[in-house]
Amino acid sequence: MSTQHAKAAAQFILNREQEQWHNETLWFVRQKRDNMAMRIPEWEELRELASQIKMHTVSRLDSYLEMFASEAERNGATVHWAKDAKEHNEIVYSILKSHQVKKLVKSKSMLTEECLLNDYLIGQGIDVVESDLGERILQLMGEHPSHIVMPAIHRKREEVGKLFEEKMDSEKGNSDPTYLTHVARKHLRREFLTADAAMTGANFGIAQTGEVVVCTNEGNADMGTSLCNLHIVSMGIEKLIPDLKSLGVFTRLLARSATGQPSTTYTSHYRRPKEGGEMHIVIVDNGRSAIHGDSEHIQMLKCIRCGACMNTCPVYRRSGGYSYTYFIPGPVGINLGMLKSPEKYCDNVSACSLCYSCNNVCPAKINLADQIYLWRQKLDSFRKADRIKKLMSTGMKFLFNRPALYRIALKIAPVINHLPRILIYNKLNAWGYGREMPRFAGESFSSMWKKGKIKKTNNQ
Amino acid sequence: MKIGLFIPCYVNAIYPDVGIATYKLLYHFGLDVDYPADQTCCGQPMANAGFESKAFELAKNFDEMFDQYDYIVAPSASCAAFVKYNYPSVLKGSHPCRTSEKIYDICEFVHDVVKPVKLPGRFPHKVSIHNSCHGVRELHLSSASELNIARYSKIKNLLSLVEGIEIFEPDKVDECCGFGGMFAIEEPAVSVCMGEDKVRSHVAAGAEYITGADSSCLMHLQSIAKRNKLPAKFIHAVQILTSGL
Repeated sequence: MSTQHAKAAAQFILNREQEQWHNETLWFVRQKRDNMAMRIPEWEELRELASQIKMHTVSRLDSYLEMFASEAERNGATVHWAKDAKEHNEIVYSILKSHQVKKLVKSKSMLTEECLLNDYLIGQGIDVVESDLGERILQLMGEHPSHIVMPAIHRKREEVGKLFEEKMDSEKGNSDPTYLTHVARKHLRREFLTADAAMTGANFGIAQTGEVVVCTNEGNADMGTSLCNLHIVSMGIEKLIPDLKSLGVFTRLLARSATGQPSTTYTSHYRRPKEGGEMHIVIVDNGRSAIHGDSEHIQMLKCIRCGACMNTCPVYRRSGGYSYTYFIPGPVGINLGMLKSPEKYCDNVSACSLCYSCNNVCPAKINLADQIYLWRQKLDSFRKADRIKKLMSTGMKFLFNRPALYRIALKIAPVINHLPRILIYNKLNAWGYGREMPRFAGESFSSMWKKGKIKKTNNQ
Repeated sequence: MKIGLFIPCYVNAIYPDVGIATYKLLYHFGLDVDYPADQTCCGQPMANAGFESKAFELAKNFDEMFDQYDYIVAPSASCAAFVKYNYPSVLKGSHPCRTSEKIYDICEFVHDVVKPVKLPGRFPHKVSIHNSCHGVRELHLSSASELNIARYSKIKNLLSLVEGIEIFEPDKVDECCGFGGMFAIEEPAVSVCMGEDKVRSHVAAGAEYITGADSSCLMHLQSIAKRNKLPAKFIHAVQILTSGL
């Protein structure tokens, strides 16, 4: 009885030092988030507002999308609609092709990860350069993000130093973060200067004004869009919010929740193409409208991809991003994976102790843990329920619905305390992995109560 | 005021002393306490494992068995939370759940309903409070560390009534202990890792005893401490509250 996640997590934990480092590093981010959240007296009010604004927008998504698109076109942008990843990738490629783009420089976008855009474009002969430092490190390593906000968080600076020696000709053995950042800056500067087009994601789409808002710490989105005449935005339909007034709620929440900063270093508003340039906005569905019709999981559309649920998740911190089979890990990824394909991504549903911490940190108040609970209820109908868990549940149902039998079982149970260790501690007993069995009491509460050993009377 | 005592299955079998202490404490306050003989389990283990439907009959029987009481009190925050928050949906299609409004964890009940100002006895020991997930984030026994709300702890308030006690809390004050019902056996590596971290942080906080409102978390931590031969003793909060009774 072991899911893919459980197996991969066990592997991750084998290197206890690495696990502890990962755990504490992300916990540090959670603490930074707490420090920020506790300094805003109206924090909980902001979360409630964010939740309501998102639900409001989602409930009128069709009209807000129309408003956004017509405003964006009025501003001079070209709007494209992609129903799925394939359409998205084809649209992006056709834009690049018609502009004879050889090199595309990208800022971080989880949507393009979702669509596997890079592989597709590289296959078409486009030189794709990730410009977010973490993303660039992973691109050079041939890896995918292990965290949605800090994609290379699983890599230590020594590993980055080594990579840069190889790829950027940096000094041997120098893993000083400032030095490495300078090396990356120089390296990326060349890429920015020679790129033909820039691509960004979108943190928010403002329906009222038709602009997109991109939040970065490195200014890499701005470098790309300032130097290239062609800017392509990839935006999921759930990124919309009604107006600039509501944006204020989200910009106050996003960076504080994500990294414990009061705001991201850059919050860039793209409303119209630069002079002599073009701006294309690809609005992507890719399964989102199906979530819209699912009352149990519609709240996932409120997600602003801050990653706070991952940083707080005790399981994520101890198992690492790669232990999940969906490209987004942690509580948000468990749920989004199940919405993408329950058959394919059900192995992540075990990665939750139902501690509910994710619900509490989520800036949009998504009931992440409750949804994981609901997914578990459905696994059996996909024939993906764990057989041993099912057997145990059936056994418990049988026993607990027969109080007389339950009482007999209680009477016999203490015998287990005296069994030889080998009968108890073996491969069949997952509890025995790292734990001793609890000892049954010589006499149960119910037996003592029945015999009058507990209840006192008034004259006692 | 008639109280129905709910002693969850594992408390019944493994920690009957916690059940006895619960009864003693309620009796001490002059309350009329009854224990319905045919109670077994609340059904949470099956439901959290993904088989909520297998908890239906249990929930139905529980709801009927305990309906006659004004309050239902259990020495297990997680089980109480399951009845409170999950029974209404488990029983959907049967009858409206009546017990969900009446169930309390023993600490919650004593703190919010009985409101004692003193307790007899002394407990001259260093204890570290284990703030359990369902106790904190479902029953609100203390302010969840993630939320920007006024800080409080009902367990701390109650324990402070006992003379001689020194109260501590671990680092990562309400992080999960890794039990999570069948999570413990489906994800044993992560679960044990979480439990080991938790026992160590309690010990580092200076605990002679680790205490809390959830025997299930304490059971998990105790099993881990025993395997690793860590110097920690375990006691349910209600056993400390009854140290003079």
